[in-house]
This record gives sequence, structure tokens and C-alpha cells, in this order.
Amino acid sequence: MSSARSNSPEAPEAPADERLDGPRVALKILVAGGFGVGKTTLVGAVSEIRPLRTEEALTDVGSAVDDLDGVAAKTTTTVAMDFGRITLRDGVAVYLFGTPGQERFWFMWNELSRGALGAVVLADTRRLMASFASIDYFERKGTPFVVAVNCFEDADRYEPPEIRTALDIDPHVPVLLCDARRTGSAKEVLVSLVEHALRLAGGSGRRG
Amino acid sequence: MDPGDTPGAPARDHGVPARDHGAPGRERWLDAAAGPIVRPYAVTRGRTRPSGEPLDIVTILVATGRRPAEPGRLARPQRRMLALCRRPYALADLASDLDLPFGVIRVLAGDLLDSGLLDVQRWSAPAAVPSPGADAAAPPPATVPPHLDQNLLRRVLDELRAL
Repeated sequence: MSSARSNSPEAPEAPADERLDGPRVALKILVAGGFGVGKTTLVGAVSEIRPLRTEEALTDVGSAVDDLDGVAAKTTTTVAMDFGRITLRDGVAVYLFGTPGQERFWFMWNELSRGALGAVVLADTRRLMASFASIDYFERKGTPFVVAVNCFEDADRYEPPEIRTALDIDPHVPVLLCDARRTGSAKEVLVSLVEHALRLAGGSGRRG
Repeated sequence: MDPGDTPGAPARDHGVPARDHGAPGRERWLDAAAGPIVRPYAVTRGRTRPSGEPLDIVTILVATGRRPAEPGRLARPQRRMLALCRRPYALADLASDLDLPFGVIRVLAGDLLDSGLLDVQRWSAPAAVPSPGADAAAPPPATVPPHLDQNLLRRVLDELRAL
């Protein structure tokens, strides 16, 4: 704790509203899934969506040639993310990132999954295959995740056990049905994820 | 936005010749019509990676209150970052509010950290309730990162439920 940080003469009085104080600690949750599965809808149901983009420089070899000649030879790719923040009390902020699913964006996933509280894999029963890659990814990374099946009106209804079998998901990973448009339902998904992360954080067999 | 007053101007000195030996006239990056278009990394003088450990997208930054030695050397977005960071501000929020790509904000923030104008707000878990069966070999609670801090996760859980 640094106490000697305000020698700025125009520093205003400390605002009483703690929301204005800014976050003290931030947690990340990823929302992953195939195109059109409702990632934006889910993030928007529990937070206000704001634009966030990143223009990442990609090199062929992935090595850091960190000078300007290097940049001229690099390709930049723009990744637009759905990003929302839930501000809780006492300076705790939960950030949600809806991440593009295609493999070419996985460098961004690496970035986001490091130190993440966990991930929501949104699935659509009409295109379950589209969730395989995300599930594999989070399993490999050891990122806590839940599978939330967004129940589209024109899709056949399946029960979580059937979906678990179809996706070959470990028994301890929560699988739930949701309606990503509804705040209450989206909140339930997040609650289920945090519960799961908490179990894993308290459990013995898990690293980092 | 005022194109004549772009703080990232140094890129102009270096950026153009790099491509000039290609097909003339086809690859001109800058002309009168280009207006305020600045390639995203021009403002970072071409650097795409911060000098130190890459900052996480939700790193919270806060201004130290120190005065920049040479304010004129700061890029305009850096001055705006310093102003915003008088309150703690997460990197993702800075990128969104300043409408700059995250990668750019990260490099600029790295510079401000290096020069002591910004600080990373560290999270230290509040004194953990000592659990009776605590493993003696377990790391001290203060080193637990937020996403593994059970007390914090419990708080998040309670508050999410109550939303």
C-alpha cells in the first residue's frame, strides 16, 4: 500500500460513492461458443455490453521481433469482443468476455484464460459439434468451465444428461439449460460457474 | 481528432520508408486524404509488446500522482490514461473508453508503469480465516491470486445470487 500517492494539487475530494472509486480487484469470465450461439446475448443479459477490440500483431513464427521493421512484416488482425462488467460491492468487478470461437483467435483465448475465474461454454443443441473445441481447450488449460445449453425455440429439447453424454463431458462439470436472453437465467449460469470454480479452488486435485 | 497534432507522429519518420521500396504508388500509406488514420501501433512507435511482463486485460492501474518529467513526450492517449487512472481503472476499461485496441493500451500502460506514473493495484487477500486443518505446506494466503481466493469467490457468489 502506497500512501504517498496524492501530491497532485488538483486531486478532487475522494468521492463518497464507492462505484466511482473504481475496482479494487477484477475477475475474468470467458463466454465461449460457436458463432451465433448467443454469447453476446448472454453477456448483455447480465451487464452492459461495451465495445472492445484488439489489433493483434501476428508473426509467422510467433517470436517477438520488436522493432519497426518487424511490424511492417507483421499482419494485424482485429478481434472484436463483447465485453461487459458487473460491479459488485467493495470494489469487486467481474468482467465478462465473449470471445470469438474460431481457432485463429485462440491467441486471444490464451490471453483471457490466464488467471480467469472460469468460462461458460454456450452450446446449441442443433450444432453441438461447435462446442467441442471450446470444451477441449478449457479442459487442457485447467480452466473451470460450465456448459450452458442455450435453448433456442426451434431446437429440440434435450436434458442435461443426454447433452453430457453427447459432448463427453466429465461428470463433475456442470451442464445446464439456459435462456441467454433472460437476466435471471444468465445469472444462474454465472452462479453455477462460480460455485464450480469455488469447489475446484477448495478441492485438492487441481493445480493453478 | 486533429490529424496535425498526432502524438504518434514519430512513426512517420520511420514507418513510411520501410514500405517505400515496394511498388511505387501502390503502397502509399500516407497522403493528404489519409486524414486522421494512424495505424494502430504508430502511437506505440511500432512496439507491439510491452517491455516487461505482459499486463493482464483486467489489470487495475492507478496513477501514482507523480508528475511526468517530460510531459511533451507522452502520447495523447497516455495523458488521457493518466487522467482516468486518478481512480483505479482496469486495462479493458481504458481500451474501451479510449477506443484504442487493447494491445496498444497495454504497451502504452507499460511505458507509464516503467516511468513510475502508473502503478498496478495489487490485490492482497484480506486476512484469511485460518482454517483448522490448514496444510502447513500451503502457500501464505496473501499470495493467492484473486481467481483462486475462496473468500473472494464466495463473496462474488453471494452477490451474484443477490443481484
